Amino acid sequence: MSPSFYLILAALLFAIGVIGVLVRRNAIVVFMCIELMLNSVNLTLVTFARVNGSLSGQVMAFFVMVVAAAEVVVGLAIIMSIFRTRRSASVDDSNLLKY
Amino acid sequence: MGNVIAASGVASTAWLLLALPAFGALVLLVGGRRTDGWGHLLGCATIVLAFAWGLVQFLHATGLPAAQRVRNLHLFTWIPVNALQVDFGLRLDPLSLTFVLLITGVGGLIHIYSIGYMSHDRDRRRFFAYLNLFVASMLLLVLGNGFVTLYLGWEGVGLASYLLIGWYSDRPSAATAAKKAFIMNRVGDVGLALAIFILFAKLHTTQYTQVFAQAHTLSGGTLTAVALLLLLGACGKSGQFPLQSWLPDAMEGPTPVSALIHAATMVTAGVYLVARANPIYDLTSSGRLLVVVIGAITLLLGAIIGCAYDDIKKVLAYSTVSQIGYMMLAVGLGPFGYALGILHLLSHGFFKAGLFLGAGSVMHAMDDETDMRRFGGLFGRMPITAVTFGLGYLAIIGFPFLSGFYSKDAIIDAAFAEGGWRGWVFGLTAAIAAGLTAFYMTRLVIMTFFGPARWRDLKTADGRDYHPHEAPAVMTVPMIILAIGSVGAGAYLSIGDRLANWLAPSLGVLRKAEHGSLATTWVTVLTLALAAIGVIVAILVIGRRAVPVRRPEPVAWPVRAARADLYGNALNETLVARPGQWLTGALVFSDRRGVDGLVNGIAKAFGGSSGRLRRLQTGFVRSYALSMLGGSILLIAALLLVRFSG
Amino acid sequence: MTVLHTAVATTPATTSSTGFPVLLALLLLPLVGAVVVSTFRNEPRAAKLVALAFSVIELGLAVVALFVYRTGGARLQFSASADWVPSFGVHISFGMDGIALVMVAMIAFLVPVVLGASWAEKLPEGRSVAGFFALVLTLEALMVGVFAATDVFLFYVLFELMLIPMYFLIGNYGGVNRRYAAVKFFLYSFLGGLLMLASAIGTWSYVQSVTGNGTFDWATLTSVVSHAPLSTQLWLFMGFFFAFAIKAPLVPFHTWLPDATAEAPVGVGVLLVGVLDKVGIYGFLRYNLELYPAASRTLAPLLLVLSVAGVLYGAIVAAGQSDMKRFIAYVSLAHFGFMGIGVFAFTQQGTVGSVSYMVNHSLATGMLLLVVGMIAVRGGGSVRAEDYGGLMKVTPILAGMFFLAGLSTLSLPGTNSFVSEFLVLLGSYQTQPVYTILGTIGMILAALYVLWLYQRVAHGPIRGNALVGLAGGPGAAADPSVGARKVVRDLSGGERWVLAPLVVLILLLGFYPKPLLDVVNPSVTATVQQVSVQEGN
Repeated sequence: MSPSFYLILAALLFAIGVIGVLVRRNAIVVFMCIELMLNSVNLTLVTFARVNGSLSGQVMAFFVMVVAAAEVVVGLAIIMSIFRTRRSASVDDSNLLKY
Repeated sequence: MGNVIAASGVASTAWLLLALPAFGALVLLVGGRRTDGWGHLLGCATIVLAFAWGLVQFLHATGLPAAQRVRNLHLFTWIPVNALQVDFGLRLDPLSLTFVLLITGVGGLIHIYSIGYMSHDRDRRRFFAYLNLFVASMLLLVLGNGFVTLYLGWEGVGLASYLLIGWYSDRPSAATAAKKAFIMNRVGDVGLALAIFILFAKLHTTQYTQVFAQAHTLSGGTLTAVALLLLLGACGKSGQFPLQSWLPDAMEGPTPVSALIHAATMVTAGVYLVARANPIYDLTSSGRLLVVVIGAITLLLGAIIGCAYDDIKKVLAYSTVSQIGYMMLAVGLGPFGYALGILHLLSHGFFKAGLFLGAGSVMHAMDDETDMRRFGGLFGRMPITAVTFGLGYLAIIGFPFLSGFYSKDAIIDAAFAEGGWRGWVFGLTAAIAAGLTAFYMTRLVIMTFFGPARWRDLKTADGRDYHPHEAPAVMTVPMIILAIGSVGAGAYLSIGDRLANWLAPSLGVLRKAEHGSLATTWVTVLTLALAAIGVIVAILVIGRRAVPVRRPEPVAWPVRAARADLYGNALNETLVARPGQWLTGALVFSDRRGVDGLVNGIAKAFGGSSGRLRRLQTGFVRSYALSMLGGSILLIAALLLVRFSG
Repeated sequence: MTVLHTAVATTPATTSSTGFPVLLALLLLPLVGAVVVSTFRNEPRAAKLVALAFSVIELGLAVVALFVYRTGGARLQFSASADWVPSFGVHISFGMDGIALVMVAMIAFLVPVVLGASWAEKLPEGRSVAGFFALVLTLEALMVGVFAATDVFLFYVLFELMLIPMYFLIGNYGGVNRRYAAVKFFLYSFLGGLLMLASAIGTWSYVQSVTGNGTFDWATLTSVVSHAPLSTQLWLFMGFFFAFAIKAPLVPFHTWLPDATAEAPVGVGVLLVGVLDKVGIYGFLRYNLELYPAASRTLAPLLLVLSVAGVLYGAIVAAGQSDMKRFIAYVSLAHFGFMGIGVFAFTQQGTVGSVSYMVNHSLATGMLLLVVGMIAVRGGGSVRAEDYGGLMKVTPILAGMFFLAGLSTLSLPGTNSFVSEFLVLLGSYQTQPVYTILGTIGMILAALYVLWLYQRVAHGPIRGNALVGLAGGPGAAADPSVGARKVVRDLSGGERWVLAPLVVLILLLGFYPKPLLDVVNPSVTATVQQVSVQEGN
C-alpha cells in the first residue's frame, strides 16, 4: 500500500483539527481537536519512519504521545477550574487576558 | 630690572604680613558671636601689627644696596603640573613694599575709624572680618610673585569688595550694586586670566621673574595682546572706561569701605598691575598708547559726571574714577610715567581716603544723609572734619605745595612731554580735567560746609530733626593723620625724586622728557590757571546763589547727560542686560519645550503607538490560533518556494 | 641580535603592593554593609548608625589606599583579576590608576557626608530607612567598581548595574514627580549603555580578528585597538561617546539631569551629580581617548563644540531657574562642559584640570545641594528661590555656607574649583585657544548666576512664603528677623558636622592642591601620550 494514503489521511485529520480549533467554542471540543492534530502528526511520523526504514520517527511519535498525555492532564485541569468559577466551558468567555 | 635674589633674614618672615590679617579674618569668621566683644580690637591689632612688620621690612630693604632690593620668597608650590609650576610666593621689592605700607597704613587708620563709625552696627565684628580679609587679599595681590598669585589676590579683593558693598544687604540697591561690582570685575578678570594663558603658552611660566626675563622674546602681536588683556583686567578693577559704572554704585557700602577699598587701595590695583608688568609694557608702544587713551577718556568722563551729582559719596566716587584715570595715563607713558603714577596713587591714597572719611563723618552727623542739597553750613558744627576735609580738598585740586600739586601736575607735565599731537591731546585733556576737578570739588565743599544750613528746615527719613555734631576722637584722629599726609606726602616723596629713585629697582629709572609740547613752567601755570578758573566759577555759580533742596528739573542736555552717567549704564542695559535677559528666557523656554519637549515627544510617540498596537491582543484564543496558522502557512510557503524555485 | 630588544609589554603590574587587598575590601565592604543594614528593618536608628559606621570604615580604607598608592609606580595598582567567561576573554578584574584612585577616594568621602545629610530625611509614606541606607551603600560599592574595573565588559555590567539602586533611590524616595524622573533617568542611561555594549562587542571582535584572541582586558585593548584604522575607530568611538555624553551630560543629552536632581532626595542628588555623572568624563578619558586615539583626535572639534555649548547653555539656563535644585543641575551642565574642554584639548594641564574638576565639582555642587536641602527643611520643603529672601538675617551661618558653596561653584581663587578651572582653561588654551576664549565667558556667567541666586535668597528684607509664613506673617513683629529667628533655627550641630568636612576640603584644596595633582599627574601623562603619540602615523 502506498504511503500517500496514510499521508492524505493524516492531512485530512490535521485539517479537521485545525478547523475544529478555529470554529468551535466549547473548550473540550477545542481540546479534542488539538489532540486530533497531534495524532495526525503522529501518523505522519510513523508513516515516514516506515518509508525511510528508520526508527527515529517512531521514537518521536512516542514523545508526542507523552507530551500529549501530560498536556491533557494540565489542560483538562485548567478547563475544569475555569468551568467551576465561570460556569461556562466556552473559550470566548475567558478573554480577560487582553491589551 | 636687575637680578632677583632669594629672600633671607628678616625678609624670609614677610609671610607674616599676609598671615596676620588672614588670621584675624579667620578668627572673627569662625569665632562668630563669641568674638563680638573684642573682634574689632583684634581686627585693628592685626592690621597695625602688619603695618609695623611692613615698616620693618621697608627699613630692612632701604638698608640694602639697590641691586639687592628685589627679592623672591618661595613659600610653597601651589599648582604644579609638569611645565606649569605655580609658586605661592612673595616678591619683596620697592614697589610691593610701598604698597604694603600704603595698604596697612591707610588700612589701619580706616580700621580704627571704623570702630567709631560702625559702633551702632550689630554685626560690627563681621565687618572687621571682611576688612581683614580685604587687607590680606590686597597684600597678596601686591606681594605675590607671579601672575597667578596676583590673580588670587585680585579676586580675593573682589570678594571682599562684594561683601562690603553689600553690607547693608537688606537694601536691594546695595545687594545689586555688590553683584554688579563683582560681575564687572569678572569681565576684567577674564582679561587677566587670558593674559596669563597666553604668557604660559608662549613662555611656559607665570612667575614674574621668568616672564619679565623672557618678555623680549615675545612677538610684537603677542606683547600687544597681553598688554591689552592686562589692561582689560586693570579697567575692571580700577573702574576705568568702559567698565567704570560699578564704582559709583559701590558707594552703597559703608563709608570706611569706600575710603579704603574704593578710593585708596583696591581700585588702584589696575595701576599697580600696569606698573608691575612694566617690562611688558615697555616693549609695546601700541599697548601703552591704549593705556593712555583709556586713562585720558576716563579722567575726563569722571570729572564731567562728578560735576552733576548731588550725592556726596558719588561725587567723590567719580572723582576717584577720574583720578585713577590720571594714574593710568601716567603709567601708560611708560618709563616717563610709572613712578609718577605710583606717586599720584600714594598721594591720592591719602587725600581721597581723608575726603571719604570726612564725608563719612558728615554722614555720621547727618543721620546717614548723602544728599548735599540737604547739607550746608556744617563748618561751624564740625570744625575738625571741615578742616581736614578742606586740606584734602586743597590737595586734590592741586593747590600749590600740597600733595596733588606735585603728583598731578607732574602727570600733566609728562603728558605734554610726549610731544606731537599726543602731547597736546593728552596734556590738554588732563589739564582741562584738572579745572573740572577744581569745579566739582569746590561745589562739593560749598554745598556741604558753607552757605545757609539747609538741614534746619528738614527732617530725616524717619521724621526727626538733624543734629549735626563732631565725630568722636576715634574717627577724627585718623582724619587728622590723613590730612597731614595729604599736605606733606607729595612734597616729601617727589622732591629730589625720592620715590622714583626708591622705586627704580622695580620700575626702572624715571626718565624725563627733554622737549615736550609745552615747557614745564607753562604747564604749571596753565594747570593752576585752569584750577583757579574752576574754583572761581564754582564760587560764582554755587556759592553766590541759594541751593535749592530739590534737584532742579528740567536742565540743559549736558547736565542731563552727566546725571545719567554719560549714558554708561544705559549702554550696558541695552547692549548686555536686556539681550541677556531675553536670551535667558528664550533658552529656558527652548530647553523645556524644545530639547526636553523632543525627548518627551519621542516617549509619547512610543506610548501612543504601543497603545494602538496592543489592541491586536483581543483575548480570543481562536484569533490567536488563526494568526498562528497564518504564520505557519506563510513559513511553509516560504520554505517550499525556496526549495522548489531554485 | 639581542634578546632585550623585544619591547617590554605594557601589561600592568598584577600584584598589589601590600599583602592586604585594599581594593577588594573597598569593593566588598559596602556590599556587606548593605546586607547588614537591610536587616535592621524596624530599627531605623540602628540602621543609620551601622550604615554610617561602614561608610566611615570605607573612608578609612580609601585613605589607606591613598597612602599605599605609589605615585611613580605602575600605571594600574591594587590589581586583582579572576576569570569570568573565559571563552570570551571576560575577566573580573580591578585596578586603579591615579585618576580612578582619587575618584574612589572622593566616593568614600562623599558617602558618609551624604548619609549624615540624610539622617533626618523625610521619606515618603511606607518607605523604610534601612532600605534607603542599604541602597546607598550598594550604590557606593557599584560606583567604586565602575571606577576600578579594568575589564571593558565588567565596566559595562557595573555601569548598568549602578542604575538599579539609583533608580530605586529616585523612584522610591524622591519628590512628587519621582516616577517620571526615575524612568527618564533609567531610560537615558540604559540607552547609552546599550550603545556602549555594541561598541564593546565590536571592539572585542576587532581584537579577535587581529590577534586571534578575543579579550575585554582594558590594557590589551588599548594596545591593540588604538592602532585600528580610523574608520573602525570612529564607529566604535560613537557607542562609548553616546553612553558618556548622556552620563556626563553634554548639551543635547542633558534633560534627564534637571528632573533627576530635582526629584531625588538631596543626598542622592549629591551622589548623582557628584559621582554618577563623573563616570561620563572618566569614561571619555579612560575609554574614548585611550582606546580610540585617532577617532578622538578627529572628533575633538565636535566634542569641544558640545562642551563649550554646555558651558554657555548651562550657565544661561541656570540663570533663568528659580528651582534651586534644577539650578544646580544646570550649573553642573556648565561645569561638565569645562571638564569636556579640558579632556578634549589633549594637554597635560587641561586634563589634570578636568580630573581635579571632577573632584572639586563634587565638593562644590555637593555642598551647594546639601545647603539647599537644609534651606528647604526650614522652608517647608520648598526649593523655589522666590519663596525665600533675606536668609542672611534669619540664619546667618546657613547663608554663609550657601555663599561659600556658591563661591566654590563660581571658581573663586582660593577655593578648590579655581585650581581646576584655571588648569582646564590654561591647558586648553595651548592647543584650542578659540574654544577656551569662548569658555572663559562661562567664568563671567558663573559669577552672574551664583550671585543672582544668592541675592534672591539671602539678601534683602525677609520675604517669601516660606520665611514670612514662619515668622508669623508680614507685620507680626516690628523686626521680622526676630520673629523668624525664633522659629527658624540656624545650623544644628549635626548639620555643622556634615558641612564642616566639605568646607575644610574646599579651602584646603584651594590653597594646597599639590597632593591631589601629584596623584593624578602621572596617569594623565599616560593618557595624553596615548592620544597624541601617533600623531605622525
